[in-house]
Parts: sequence; C-alpha cells; structure tokens
Amino acid sequence: MKLTLRIWRQKGPGDKGAMVEYPVDGISEDASFLEMLDVLNEELIAKGEEPVAFDHDCREGICGMCSLVINGTPHGPERNTTTCQLHMRKFRDGEVIDVEPWRAKAFPVVKDLVVDRGAFDRIIKSGGFISAPTGTAPEAHSTPVPKPDADRAFEAAECIGCGACVAACPNGSASLFLGAKVTHLGLMPQGQPERWDRVVSMLETHDAEGFGGCTNTGECTVACPKGIPLDVIGRLNHDYIKATAGGRKQ
Amino acid sequence: MAIAIPKVYRSTVGKKAVMAVTGAILVFFLLAHMIGNLKVFLGADDFDHYSEWLRTMGEPAVPHRTLLTVLEIVLVVAVILHMWSATSLALRARRARPVKYQSRKKSHAQGYATHTMRYGGVIILLFIVWHLLDLTFHVVNPKGDGYTPYERVVADFDASRWYITVWYVLAVVLVGLHLNHGVWSAFNTLGWRTPRNDRTLRGLAFAVAGVVTLGFISVPLSVTFGWVS
Repeated sequence: MKLTLRIWRQKGPGDKGAMVEYPVDGISEDASFLEMLDVLNEELIAKGEEPVAFDHDCREGICGMCSLVINGTPHGPERNTTTCQLHMRKFRDGEVIDVEPWRAKAFPVVKDLVVDRGAFDRIIKSGGFISAPTGTAPEAHSTPVPKPDADRAFEAAECIGCGACVAACPNGSASLFLGAKVTHLGLMPQGQPERWDRVVSMLETHDAEGFGGCTNTGECTVACPKGIPLDVIGRLNHDYIKATAGGRKQ
Repeated sequence: MAIAIPKVYRSTVGKKAVMAVTGAILVFFLLAHMIGNLKVFLGADDFDHYSEWLRTMGEPAVPHRTLLTVLEIVLVVAVILHMWSATSLALRARRARPVKYQSRKKSHAQGYATHTMRYGGVIILLFIVWHLLDLTFHVVNPKGDGYTPYERVVADFDASRWYITVWYVLAVVLVGLHLNHGVWSAFNTLGWRTPRNDRTLRGLAFAVAGVVTLGFISVPLSVTFGWVS
C-alpha cells in the first residue's frame, strides 16, 4: 500500500510542534498500524532523521500503552480496537492519514505522539484501590458476589487506562475512566469500606488535574477500545451525589 | 451536609447535577405553559380567563399575584443556575484542551441535538428575552397594554408579521432539540439511567421534546394561517 502520513512532530514539551508529511510505500495490508510506523521509522533512521516517538508495549491490545488519534478518531476507525490491533487493510490505498497525540491539558505532550498520562496514575492513587490484608489469598467462595454484579464489575474492570475517552471527549473529561474504576471497585464486596470516600477523592483529583466535566455526549464509550458502557458514568454520578449530598462520605 | 453543598457544586459532577435539577424544573414549567397556551383554541374568553387565573391563584389564602410571583422567582433562579453551570462547564472544557486537533474531529455518538446544547441554549436565552418583552412586558408587541392577552397573541402572529412566527417556531424547535438530549442526559447525570431503562429514557426524552415542540408551535402557526383569530 502507498500512503501519505501527516504526523504531529514535536521535539519536546516546550516545542510548538507541527504536522509533518511523510509518504510511505510498500506497506503490507496485514501490517498493524504500529508496524506501519515501525517501517516509517526504519526509513527515517536510515536517512539519518529523528524517528517518530510513539507509545507502545504489549501490542496485544491489553496494556493500554498505545494511543494515537488517527484521522480525528482515537485508536482509529475500527470500533473496540486499540491502535496496535488496527490493521492497514482498514485503510484505502493512497489514503492521507492524520496521526496526532491525545489532546488534553492533563496529558501534556512529551515528544511527538507520546503524552504523559501520569494524571491517571494520580487519580488511581487517590482512591482506585481496596484495603485488604496481605498474605495468602482468601478462599474465593468465602465472599459471595451476585452474578450480575460480578459481570458488571468485570465489564468495567476491562478498562486498560489508555485515555482514549479523554481524547474523544469534546470536554476533555476522564469521566469514563473514572466511572469504570468507581463501578468496578464499588460493585464488589471488597470495595465497600472505601466506596463513598473513594468516589469523592477520585473525582476531586480528576477535577484538580484539569480534565473537563462530563456532558453526556457519549463520544467516550464509542472511542473506548474495550467498549466500557456509558452507564459507568451514571453510577459515578449516583455514588458521588449519595456520598456528598447524601452524607455517606466519612 | 450543610458544608458539603458548596463543595459539591464546585465539582464537575455537582455542576451537572445542578443543571439536571434546574432543567427538570424548567421542563415541568414548559409543559404547564404549553397546556395553558393551548387554551387559545377554546376561544378568547377561556384564554383570558386562564390568564387572569394565573394572577388569582391561591386567593384568598394568599394576596393577589403571590403564587405567580413565587413561581417567577423559582424560574429566574433555575434559569440562572442552569446557565451558570453550563457556562462554567463550557469554560472548563475549553481549558481542558488548549491545543485542538488538526484533523477534523469526527463525532461518532448520539446525534445532532447533543451538538446544539451550548449555542442552542444561548439562542433560547435570546428568545426568552424577546418573548418576555413581547407578551409579558408588551414592549415589542403590536397591541401592547390595554388589550387582552388573546388580542395580543392574535396581533403578534398576524400573517403580515410572518417573520415573528418563523422566529418563534425556530426557537421552539431549538427548545425541542435541547430537551431531546437534556431530558435523557439529566437522568444519566443523576445516576438514574441504567442499561435496562436507556431505551425508555430516550423515548421519554423524544416524547417530551415532541409534545413541547408541537404544542408550542401550534399556537403561532394557527394564528398566522388564520385558524385562530
């Protein structure tokens, strides 16, 4: 395949950055999007140019490292798929493809297409955990969990924390990420002791990090490579209102 | 709880909750207002009598125009809080993405109504100002003081003033779009939307938006086309 890539190049956090055009040729239809960028980078290195920096790790669609806004859509045109699992056969030969980093104040660009997603770590640190005694794992059947709760919690736990929800949101909100964590932990019996403090603390961190507020546009859930449903945000809102106005918070 | 409320309001979720609650008040008002308007089809006496009743509501338990004034205060407070939250969230959203995408941002979710909420809201506000100057304060009404409410409505939407009718219809359609997203959105904001009731809530929002739109536009259109005179 022959393609024209327009890639965001930015030397560092202080650099202004711009879109740079790169023609590539001889790309296999079976290559993943990241493999296609690998080919480009090999060419750039051979020519003595600086390769394009982008995040990646497992390349199996589960680590949450890969990102990229491709033609205006986080993780590209294929639904429920991370960039690393996106294949070039989803594009037309001769197509012009725009590649940009996640855009959010809370996700500053480190270099080219790499952004700092430390804000998500700080949100997790402020409440995305349970307190449990360490040591041998307890017998799994000692704490029964109703099947529907287990299913919903598992669905929310699929969140890989990639940040596509923020990149897709017209408000730059991380509510889907936040809702996934609050739903996942808040549905399990082990998550109950900290349930009300967790939601308040995590939302306060979310707001302090400079993310926007949710206005229920639903863009996040469509962009999410794991298909996290929008109702996790409803649950986040519900728990937050109950914790604060309802006085459940300690 | 007393200490919690201001802090709640500072949060993004709290602001949306305020929008949902004030929005609900305004939706109930719109439904009542629309039902009242439809009295125009029962004739001048019924319509004017209804208009007078709004002022005598609650008498003799409370003095003349007390309940109406209370309602007006509630509505003004609701509108201000609704706009305040919306503006605050819009400004926050702008700050949250200082560098825009180069590629045209594609929308994959929901529909047209969602994207009209902000500018639509501003146009609706301008419309409300005009509407109050027209039929409450009679400043831009062709008849003005000294006429009955029915006469003012008939004069307002006279066929010769078709552009006023167009303006009213456009504004009401925007209100309908606003409700089509807003009513559903309010349920999600308050955490009452679940996967099971989503279709019902979408249907409810569509029905409320449809009823309000048709109910409101029927009056100016009927006057303009001469079905009410």
